[in-house]
Amino acid sequence: MAEIATQVEQEKEPFFGKKERKLLTDPLSDNNPITVQVLGICSALAVTTLVNKAFVMAIAVTFVTAMSNFAVSFLRKGMPKQIRMIVQLVVVAFLVTLVELALKAANYPIWKELSVYIGLIITNCIVMGRLEAYAMANKPWRSFVDGIGNGLGYGVILIIVAAFRELFGKGSLAGFQIIGNTPDYLIDTTKNSFFSWYMPNNMMVIPAAALFLIGSIIWIQRSKNQNLVDVS
Amino acid sequence: MHSNKYVTVYTVIMTLVVSVVLAVVVSGLKPIHDDNAAVYKKREILKAVKGYLGSDLDKMSDKEVLDLFDKNIKQVVIDANGKPVEGEKAEDLDMAQEEKKPLADRHYPVFTFESDKGTFYLVSIRGNGLWDKIWGTIALKDDFNTIAGASFGHVGETPGLGAEISDNPAFPKQFEGKTINEDGKYVSVAVVKGGIKKPAHQVDAITGATITSKGVTEMLDRGLRIYLPYFESLKK
Repeated sequence: MAEIATQVEQEKEPFFGKKERKLLTDPLSDNNPITVQVLGICSALAVTTLVNKAFVMAIAVTFVTAMSNFAVSFLRKGMPKQIRMIVQLVVVAFLVTLVELALKAANYPIWKELSVYIGLIITNCIVMGRLEAYAMANKPWRSFVDGIGNGLGYGVILIIVAAFRELFGKGSLAGFQIIGNTPDYLIDTTKNSFFSWYMPNNMMVIPAAALFLIGSIIWIQRSKNQNLVDVS
Repeated sequence: MHSNKYVTVYTVIMTLVVSVVLAVVVSGLKPIHDDNAAVYKKREILKAVKGYLGSDLDKMSDKEVLDLFDKNIKQVVIDANGKPVEGEKAEDLDMAQEEKKPLADRHYPVFTFESDKGTFYLVSIRGNGLWDKIWGTIALKDDFNTIAGASFGHVGETPGLGAEISDNPAFPKQFEGKTINEDGKYVSVAVVKGGIKKPAHQVDAITGATITSKGVTEMLDRGLRIYLPYFESLKK
């Protein structure tokens, strides 16, 4: 785990103060679960071909991290230490199953495409990582905020990568067709002479492209922020 | 450290609570899940004749899909010899389950779509891709020779390569107008690499997806052959 929470609990703190704000914004940049903690890479490679898919995945992961952080933090005092990990796993698996059932009822075609990866949220390192690193040592409300923050940090990277892959691999963005070789697209490369050279990049569709993109994001982020250079 | 008794009681209560809640949610949502699955399956079948529906399939609501299916589609289940089977509905047939039975016991669905543009016979086929199963619906015109449309699906072909059989609408579109017979003999339609020699019976393969393309060829040849005796009986 990249960080271990060592905050001292204080009396009478505001409901949503500086610390909560930091918990929410830190994972978006300086402590991003994907680019800095390097957790949850597996699903980031798999579900980033389309923005819509990445968006649903981001919501699902945010829900699971937030709710499992909250539940585990709530249960942390009565939880038998011998079976700590098993209890955490049950909580996570329970929430993930709920998410999957809800998605199957709400949007069947998206469920059909994502079902394997939704199930794999159980093994997403971000969820377990936050439970062990944060929820086991902090109060429920803060753990909940921490879960939201980390879920969003994951989601932001997922959507950035998906936007690149969908735009250059399929010529569309969130299902809106922008450039391609049929009249359905905004720029029809068969008619528009300025873009007649354009071909979709098939490499963007395979998972390797996501690896390069995430690598580039990590590179750019570290070159801008010297504090991160010594982290790993 | 907690005592063994505490741990045991904790585990039992936790397991009970979680399983009861999940059981309630699953049974509560089951009707919605079943409805969604039925609509999804019908959309997949109708995709093969989407040019003849009169409206855009993607823009049709779930209710419109079900209505169209009820009104314009006749369902027949045939056995391995091409004889119609009484008392079974084609939409309830699960090709994945049929595949586990011995060849002679398998049943196959035929959907007859009647529209003002003619009658179409939609048949289901199933085969192997590179990683897992692939399947398709082929719509034949009433000469039982010309393909009016096709749609394909797969479990886990490589995105951008094999998965293009369903992701890229240009691939199934190639099948429109192809014929499965030559001089009265069944020849099926083949997916070929590097130039089409017989335009009536061949379509272009997907670059980089050799095994998936071969799988589609094999699936078409074997899959359509099963329906030939039934088509013969309809011609009479």
